[in-house]
Amino acid sequence: MDFTININNKALEAKQGETILDVLTRNGIRVPTLCHIKDAFPTGACRMCVVEDEKSGKLLTSCSYPVEADMSIQTHSKRVVESRKTIIELLLSNHPDDCLYCVRNKNCELQDLSEEHHVRERRIRGKKNTEPLDLSSASIVRDPEKCILCGRCVHACEEVMGVACIDFIHRGNKSIIGTAFNQGLNTSSCVNCGQCIMVCPTGALTEKNHFAQIQEALNNPAKRVVVQYAPSISVSMAEELGMEAGTDINGILNAALRKIGFDHVFDSSFSADLTIMEESAELIDRVNNNGVLPMITSCCPGWVKFAEEFYPDFLPNLSSCKSPQQMMGAIIKSHFAAEENLKPEEIFSVSIMPCTAKKFEAQREEMTQEGISDVDAVLTTRELTKFLKLYGIDMFNIRPELTDSPLGFRSTAGKIFGASGGVMEAAIRTAYYKITGKELVEFQIPAVRGFIGRKETTINIDGLEVGVAVVNGLANTRKLLEEIRNGKNDIHFIEVMACPGGCIGGGGQHIGSSDEQLKARMKKLYQIDATESIKVSHKNPEIIGLYENFLGEPLGHKSHKLLHTHYHARKVML
Amino acid sequence: MTAIQPILNKYPDNGRENLIPILQDIQNESGYLSKDSIVEVGRFLDIPISKIFGVATFYNQFRFEPFGKYHIQVCRGTACHVLGSATVLQELEKNLKIKAGQSTRDGLFSIEVVACIGACGLAPVISINGEFHAKVTAVSMKQIIDDLKKEEEA
Repeated sequence: MDFTININNKALEAKQGETILDVLTRNGIRVPTLCHIKDAFPTGACRMCVVEDEKSGKLLTSCSYPVEADMSIQTHSKRVVESRKTIIELLLSNHPDDCLYCVRNKNCELQDLSEEHHVRERRIRGKKNTEPLDLSSASIVRDPEKCILCGRCVHACEEVMGVACIDFIHRGNKSIIGTAFNQGLNTSSCVNCGQCIMVCPTGALTEKNHFAQIQEALNNPAKRVVVQYAPSISVSMAEELGMEAGTDINGILNAALRKIGFDHVFDSSFSADLTIMEESAELIDRVNNNGVLPMITSCCPGWVKFAEEFYPDFLPNLSSCKSPQQMMGAIIKSHFAAEENLKPEEIFSVSIMPCTAKKFEAQREEMTQEGISDVDAVLTTRELTKFLKLYGIDMFNIRPELTDSPLGFRSTAGKIFGASGGVMEAAIRTAYYKITGKELVEFQIPAVRGFIGRKETTINIDGLEVGVAVVNGLANTRKLLEEIRNGKNDIHFIEVMACPGGCIGGGGQHIGSSDEQLKARMKKLYQIDATESIKVSHKNPEIIGLYENFLGEPLGHKSHKLLHTHYHARKVML
Repeated sequence: MTAIQPILNKYPDNGRENLIPILQDIQNESGYLSKDSIVEVGRFLDIPISKIFGVATFYNQFRFEPFGKYHIQVCRGTACHVLGSATVLQELEKNLKIKAGQSTRDGLFSIEVVACIGACGLAPVISINGEFHAKVTAVSMKQIIDDLKKEEEA
């Protein structure tokens, strides 16, 4: 520690170069923030975090002001508290009065702050913002009326995702956040990842909701309604339900979904196993037959759209495998339909995903058979909680049940898809077996696990050195791809997940989870992997059965038709 | 070669600090910033077009639509304001069904708000293609537009 500063009449240690907010946070003094993002360059845009400098009498934005020796700061003086309250009142002055109807009701930072600062009347009436709703995207709804211009979405889109499809437009009281030429999100370079929703303090950014279609299907006796849920869902819902972060609610979830009225409950971890069977076969095929390398995973629809837009030259590198959601969807509307004597159109297929981009993926033309979508509606983790409440399901008093079978049993390799590095680890386990005929001695590959944005290692398969890289966060992906464009050639297989930490940090997850809570989700996934016995996709009995009874072999004719696809360059304005 | 390539050639180091000068050059050349030109500048400077649009809309000087055949500058300087230029602008926007900065679909009219055109004695004043009209009112504004429309139809 370099020197001390005086905060609320108490000497506290501070380091050269930190901000006042850093010192306050370390010492448990909470000042409210809105535009602040941890570890990001501060903007000081909202001025919620002001503190009073006793020497100059000025109000300083603590998030951006560096500490100085012998500073004397008051964090909750009369003047500070009053100015914070005024800032909130000004933010509310042009904000719609529709909290009751807002999707973020009771989970809104603006609402919380006005509650904390005891705002009890509308003291300032401003002209309301009349920018229209943007409903153009298949995944994300933008409501500029509710935007408080904190700029956190702009940061997430540019710095975390490397997409930069939105920015501030115009100036002063005409400022809004929008895409280039203020067009709909659907024609922008938006990849639908939903990280903007995760950082939005209000209801200005939300996911496109499919409740009505699902309810209609559930009420329609002529429809068989099936549901699948992604590997990360069962370990990511705890915060939404008020349980300890990282709790695995798998069995409860199965029972709850049946109570809602879903006729069949399937696990996308099963189709993740299926993805691994196809993907590892594809990897081996590419290695043996001089195919395009490095092969890059294509499970993540945010990444796929990113590649179509920004890196079309890498599209031949993308695995032709569909994502687990779409593989499950395709199997449900083909094999399952036939087994149950149903026409595909008699099935309504719902998926529960930690992801907003899955809503976009489900409506892609590549993901249809003869004009019928393989997946009809997608719920995010957040929406599932609301859906459970809508149907009066008490998640604390419910007996766990198993998933339906077949299409419900999974290996732990399919389960760890939910964390960054999971697809890689699962694929290596099966590829190793297929190449050597032996199982790995040590299943865990710690080098590809964890939250680090980019992980690289080499894996020795029978003397063959395979270079692998795992990236999460599309900005990190961009850096890796640029290096490969510039000649980096020691990587043969890449896993890309758009969201930080993989699906457990997805854009459809609970808003406001801490880093520790995200870590708890990842820890749980790997704990499941450590404790259960079937750790490889190729030993999943239902996968073996599906190949014996229906598919034949990986990369076979039926697989090719149902489980694989190709992507094309997408022209958007970049 | 695209229309703006000669302009880009003047900035061989393609640093992002050249953004505003390039946009100014394009606007001087073609009167407005087209989508195509912004996309091309983005590619040249390696800046996302959302950022360029953000910068360009920050400044009043940039337009995103070509001038109409009749480019109407409405003075919103102090003297004009005091004598009712707000009503004139309002009437004009209502009449042409466009906002300041836009052009009508038929390409006939465009509106621009200017701070002061130095003719305070004539306030409220407008300029159509450089020709000044003095002491304009909502009524006379409508008359001027109607006359121009008639002239076009004839």
